[in-house]
Amino acid sequence: MTRELTIKDAINEALHQEMAADDRIVLFGEDIAGGAGRDVSYPPAADAWGGPFGVTKGLLGRFGRERVIDTPIAETGFVGASIGAAVAGLRPVAEIMYVDFIGTSFDQLLNHAAKLRYVYGGKISVPLVIRTVTGAGFRAAAEHSQTLYSLYTHIPGLKVVAPSTPYDAKGLLIAAIRDPDPVIFMEHKRLYMQRGPVPEEPYEVPLGRARIARPGTDVTIVGVQKMVHTALAAAERLQAEGIDAEVIDPRSYSPLDTEAILSSVRRTGRLVVVDESHPRCSLATDIAALAASEAFFELKAPIRQVTAPHAPVPFSPVLEDAYIPSPDRVCDAVHDVMAERR
Amino acid sequence: MPAIDHAEATRLWRLMCRIRRFEDRVHADAEADRLEGYVHTYAGQEAVAAGVIPLLRANDWLTSTYRNHGHAIARGVPLDAIAGELLGKATGVSGGKGGSMHVADQALGMIGAMGIVAGGLPIAAGAAFAARYRSEDRVAVAFFGDGAVHQGAFHEALTFASLFTCPVLFVCENNLYAETTAVDYHLLAGSVVAMAEPYRIAARRVDGMDVLVVRAAAAETLEEMRRDGRPRLIEAMTYRFNGQYEGDTQTYKPPEEVARYRARDPLGLFRAHLSSGGIVDERTLDAIDDEAAGEVASAFVAADAAPWPVAAAVTADVYTGDPVEAERS
Ligand SMILES: Cc1ncc(C[n+]2csc(CCOP(=O)(O)OP(=O)(O)O)c2C)c(N)n1
Ligand SMILES: [Mg+2]
Repeated sequence: MTRELTIKDAINEALHQEMAADDRIVLFGEDIAGGAGRDVSYPPAADAWGGPFGVTKGLLGRFGRERVIDTPIAETGFVGASIGAAVAGLRPVAEIMYVDFIGTSFDQLLNHAAKLRYVYGGKISVPLVIRTVTGAGFRAAAEHSQTLYSLYTHIPGLKVVAPSTPYDAKGLLIAAIRDPDPVIFMEHKRLYMQRGPVPEEPYEVPLGRARIARPGTDVTIVGVQKMVHTALAAAERLQAEGIDAEVIDPRSYSPLDTEAILSSVRRTGRLVVVDESHPRCSLATDIAALAASEAFFELKAPIRQVTAPHAPVPFSPVLEDAYIPSPDRVCDAVHDVMAERR
Repeated sequence: MPAIDHAEATRLWRLMCRIRRFEDRVHADAEADRLEGYVHTYAGQEAVAAGVIPLLRANDWLTSTYRNHGHAIARGVPLDAIAGELLGKATGVSGGKGGSMHVADQALGMIGAMGIVAGGLPIAAGAAFAARYRSEDRVAVAFFGDGAVHQGAFHEALTFASLFTCPVLFVCENNLYAETTAVDYHLLAGSVVAMAEPYRIAARRVDGMDVLVVRAAAAETLEEMRRDGRPRLIEAMTYRFNGQYEGDTQTYKPPEEVARYRARDPLGLFRAHLSSGGIVDERTLDAIDDEAAGEVASAFVAADAAPWPVAAAVTADVYTGDPVEAERS
């Protein structure tokens, strides 16, 4: 029996193992330990939090405040400092508590982390990981629910990964930490408690390699992060109707495993892309464009995209439920592409 | 404590009771899993909202944060519109689009309640700029926390406001913590007041648990601002009684600190002052408190019974003039 962990614990374990093996790794973020300034007066406060989701819990106790560093609410400062520390020989892992807050430090990522290597002719490396939390479904409203995958994917020089299983969360994070380039590691808040098998020893899931989450022959469904699970739920229902869907989890958006996606589309001739983000300039449009330009003659039906609307994430439970792509909508899209007979 | 007459005292007391009873209810509902989403309560900080906001004129501007219920109640947003928003109902002040973190009524000059730390400061400065530009006699007030002072937005807003003579009052509610991080750990300047001075913004620190102290300081400050049109900053020393958000275990708070501030509960202090000074008797104070609790209870009854927004509202209001699409059949 393989051991099972949640995604939250898989990430925690990856950080534990990599920090134990490599003392160049330091963590920066707001309340990632918790209780800064209260350790002396009130010892139990140390390590009480581990971030709002408890992902970094226990690291302070093992590695101390020298390496698990609670920062003030100053993202430009600690993201920029992580770039400098990376250039100067450390391996910082910085946490932007919610991806929605990226605006406050985006310049450092967009213009510096992403471009240092290129602008200086390959003479400088930025081995940096930014961990950040994505996703709707938490009733967290417009400023704490975004996904923003494409904002990073758009920028040459940044690598972007977004795991949907505990196995990939651990392996991709380890690969991201060991990678010589800046990697944005996106954690979906609604997937933290997702359980699955995770080997105990450290391992890498290579960046830029997609995963077939479910093999099938009739239609390819590409899911983006949490939407992999939405696609899988849809695939179960479709199976009952005799439609055999293949579900692809790209896991890495930059670099993107174009071959894995294209070879699946060439086999099935039908493509549905499911993305929780807004539809314009999204991973959905990116993947659809890839298939349309590279596999046009193998397609038996127009590509369908199932996305959130071009609107911010609403708070109200009824509105948010209508907002997030559902298995029903995926099934509808699959029915549409299956109806096409060519 | 500065002096206050009976009528004014009962008004302030009623407001503070409304905020506290509202937050008590929210806290209980959150504990019982009856509220969805992130909820940040204002209990413990009532003296700040009650000390500042009733002094504002109807046309003054405000920005708030995710910890906004107290500001909204003090500004006069109806309790059922706030309760409705917290439940995501169509009757909510924003039709359920924003929820607890974004309660603001633009009809009352509340521009917004920003979920991004320090997000409201430059916006308030800009509203004050517009008022000066248009020679309007109005000011803007930005509420924010002690944790916000390391954001670029804080420093850039103070620079903007001072350089371009914007009548904006920056009100820092220093409740000793930014989430779990103690203010004495991160606030290297020693005070928020000290961070305003380099920008040539006159600033003062006040006891934010004493509503009359806050009120006296705010009255004087607002009068100066209306005279010279310049920005000001008030740092109100206060304490949040509940977690950073509902569900926070608060293990970072030393118990003796909690006890010390509970003993200086802003409602308790004001009550003691009013009754011992013979300004308002205990029976009247209790009666007002009970009325406030009743108003809160009926606000939640109304919100519970209110309709949900129609699903088509999801795509309304992204741009000016966007209608709620007719529901597809
Ligand atoms: C730019 C940004 N970074 C981080 C957060 C997450 N966050 C929300 S509230 C908060 C603490 C703010 O503390 P303070 O300003 O003192 O206000 P308080 O909550 O005490 O009222 C943090 C870190 C955020 N909302 N925005
Ligand atoms: Mg604070």
